[in-house]
Amino acid sequence: MGTPRVPTGLPTDLPAGTGPARAGRAPGGIGESTLRPDGTLKVTGEFAYASDLWHEDMLWGHTLRSPHAHARIRSVDVSGALATPGVRAVLTHADLPAATRYGLEFADTPVLADGVVRYHGEPVALVAADHPETARRAAEKIAVDYEPLPVVTDEASALAPDAPVLHPGRTDGHAAHVPHPNVVHRQPVRHGDIAAARARADVIVTGDYEVGMQDQAFLGPESGLAVPAEDGGVDLYIATQWLHADLRQIAPVLGLPEEKVRMTLSGVGGAFGGREDLSMQAHACLLALRTGRPVKMVYNRFESFFGHVHRHPARLHYEHGATRDGKLTHMACRIVLDGGAYASSSPAVVGNAASLSAGPYVIDAVEAEALALYTNNPPCGAMRGFGAVQACFAYEAQMDRLAAALELDPVEFRQRNAMSQGAVLPTGQVVDSPAPVAELLRRVKAMPLPPERQWESAGGTADVRALPGGLSNTTHGEGVVRGVGYAVGIKNVGFSEGFDDYSTARVRLEVVGGQPVATVHTAMAEVGQGGVTVHAQIARTELGVTQVTLRPADTRVGSAGSTSASRQTYVTGGAVRHACEAVRERVLELGRARFGTYHPAWATAELVLEGGKVTTDGGEVLAGLAEVLEGEAVDVELEWRHRPTEPFDLVTGQGQGHVQYSFAAHRAVVEVDTELGLVKVVELACAQDVGKALNPLSVVGQIHGGTTQGLGLAVMEEIVVDPVTAKVRNPSFTDYLIPTILDTPTLPVDVLELADAHAPYGLRGVGEASTLSSTPAVVAAIRAATGLPLARVPVRPEHLTGT
Amino acid sequence: MRVNVTVNGRLREADDVWEGESLLYVLRERLGLPGSKNACEQGECGSCTVRLDGELVCACLVAAGQAEGREVVTVEGLAELAARRAGGSAPAGEERGEEGPPGAGLSPVQRAFVDAGAVQCGFCTPGLLVAADDLLARVPDPSDADIREALSGNLCRCTGYEKILDAVRLAAARAGETV
Repeated sequence: MGTPRVPTGLPTDLPAGTGPARAGRAPGGIGESTLRPDGTLKVTGEFAYASDLWHEDMLWGHTLRSPHAHARIRSVDVSGALATPGVRAVLTHADLPAATRYGLEFADTPVLADGVVRYHGEPVALVAADHPETARRAAEKIAVDYEPLPVVTDEASALAPDAPVLHPGRTDGHAAHVPHPNVVHRQPVRHGDIAAARARADVIVTGDYEVGMQDQAFLGPESGLAVPAEDGGVDLYIATQWLHADLRQIAPVLGLPEEKVRMTLSGVGGAFGGREDLSMQAHACLLALRTGRPVKMVYNRFESFFGHVHRHPARLHYEHGATRDGKLTHMACRIVLDGGAYASSSPAVVGNAASLSAGPYVIDAVEAEALALYTNNPPCGAMRGFGAVQACFAYEAQMDRLAAALELDPVEFRQRNAMSQGAVLPTGQVVDSPAPVAELLRRVKAMPLPPERQWESAGGTADVRALPGGLSNTTHGEGVVRGVGYAVGIKNVGFSEGFDDYSTARVRLEVVGGQPVATVHTAMAEVGQGGVTVHAQIARTELGVTQVTLRPADTRVGSAGSTSASRQTYVTGGAVRHACEAVRERVLELGRARFGTYHPAWATAELVLEGGKVTTDGGEVLAGLAEVLEGEAVDVELEWRHRPTEPFDLVTGQGQGHVQYSFAAHRAVVEVDTELGLVKVVELACAQDVGKALNPLSVVGQIHGGTTQGLGLAVMEEIVVDPVTAKVRNPSFTDYLIPTILDTPTLPVDVLELADAHAPYGLRGVGEASTLSSTPAVVAAIRAATGLPLARVPVRPEHLTGT
Repeated sequence: MRVNVTVNGRLREADDVWEGESLLYVLRERLGLPGSKNACEQGECGSCTVRLDGELVCACLVAAGQAEGREVVTVEGLAELAARRAGGSAPAGEERGEEGPPGAGLSPVQRAFVDAGAVQCGFCTPGLLVAADDLLARVPDPSDADIREALSGNLCRCTGYEKILDAVRLAAARAGETV
């Protein structure tokens, strides 16, 4: 193996099995369920994930992490590790060549601990060795003398008069407006006259809710390969969600100009927000530059639980009022998010939680407040649903309680208050595209219910596989009660609050071997969502070609922004379309110059590219692309932006903060073994508006995946942090459970396509909405089965049995 | 130590193997077969599922030395295994040959995973394919409960398993059509 295993581009000839065009004129264009261009490599085992990379002469990097949640480092002695045969380098904070901190929103995170560790698992030292086990064992020989410090674990300990200030001397942009230095960011939202509205209410319901810390649990652990270059720079092959954001943070740490840090996306084994922050990127580069050898770092699952941020755990207090006729009067809430030791994307999560705290409902008066704390718990940041998940769990529980108090059907009550196009959010922003909230609820409710007692087989015996407890054979139906629950949610699409959320695409059109070929080059991180499939479809639709080649994502092209916030099809898809339009214009210019005098249609008709030819919109062929291009290639790189947004006012929360909204509703059917507290989700149906499904198969796949992660949060997923020591208790797949195929029910999906006139092709970002309403729907169903209030997720057996 | 193991029908030799290395490490790092994935190293996720003398195992839980003299089939050998099972003929006629275009050389279950949309990030896919191939070899027309039981040792974080069920159903249906 003399050549390194590194990522290569993807040819996307239209794969076999693709049906004829349903709509539009380009086979394999938008609206079709074309197959993934990377599918074949992924099923043969040849697709190169970050952890599969290999280079001649490469070393293995390993990270030594803190065993304490908060401690002063008195001394670090690396001599034992350095003396270990096979070890090539050991690095601590003292060895860092340039910037010593980094961060997604602001740089508060040490590259390696700087005299203090602030969470269990914080990186302290790095080792490079010729075998991964050698590196691990050498790291154990690093002697670190810790002086444990008192830990901050929740709001009370963070804001206590004698609370340790975790980041003294803050200079970030939020420091000036927060009420306490252990608050990362606080965002109020005030809308309407809350006192007057409260006075109108016939019923008022208050509740306290709690959401546990969820992990993204992407299956491909953090990994990458850093290769030192002759020019003193470094080439990094990496699994990430945003190459250019990594680059912006890594280059200062290495003390290199950005052009000397060349990044290429490797295969990414899932992300779900957990790869927004740096993990081993800077570490591997530092080791490679120190040793002059390629360095590969791969976290194992244990380390992965410490190596990325998690979903913010939250405590939420809500008050809602309604009139006797079932109309909401007001909502007041306070959402406290635990941001853990470092800021990560906590400020943006706070903005989402506050601005979406009222849910997809019309409420005259709102008084909301969201804040994120600095604590010594694990750092929390982005995960699918991003601040909207926590709020949705609480406001949907409130909707059910209000409906019960008013003796109304919970779906009917929601529909009476559902927002629709033209509604005004508590931030003052008008929802100016379809918002079919009531219709989504109607659709999930109208689906046929799964038959009762499906475990009963013809012979009168019970198929335990269809019962709670499954093959553990804990019941044959005794004590099993069915419940049905509903929920609906609202998620923003794209980066909000004034962020310059652009993307870049380079598109080239040329004739190769007599055939027109389009090449699409973006820096979009394909993490499994199928952006690569969609890019090829857009190029086919816009340029009328069959063959599209996708270049590997790297930093040789401009930023694509993050694969986050349900934004890539909208924004990088928009950029690809925009670049294709420019290519088409250039092709038509060339055609007019060469053939314009031969046919008046060149000047007068609406021209399109179709089937490798320039045609009129009436279908008359004017010229083949080969003749128009005459060996020339048309090649453009362009940025594209969606409508701008603006920050929320720091006092009132007013502002045009969001780009677009995405709505989904769920109906959950559960069966609960009420004696043992075991839950089986029997069916979890979803209806979601996607604006326009560019690839229906992938859209449904996104809805399935989000739904299942919501199910996991409802009944099993939580990183358990010891409330006294702030240490993580369950960093493994043995103890942190994610849904298996036995835990996951049938997931019927009803896709609506109500176009958003502001978005490319009318599309709506689809990745996250289904993650929101899934959790509260499942918990509502468990409440319906058991009659228990259940104010905390995940729901555990002991919450159901009271034992 | 040296480990001799037959992988995907070929006798392979791995030298300088440290006794603590797993079969998964030897496959991935010493034999150039990174198709089997390491996602938990605890036997919980099934991403490293291979056949060892015909039995499904998590390669992360098998010490490399335990594989001495035995036969391993990984995702990289699934197409060939399917062809052998089908009586030595190439799978699905033209779909064979290492030099072929993308899509060539897929076993029926691999083809079905691509067609059904069962692949998103794909990290769980190799293990699921080896497990699904084993199920279909044992039970040509599995019920949904059979499929769920057979794949319950394989975690997937992207798909919610619906399209994976579709893929196994599709592979079974296609096999039924050709009988």
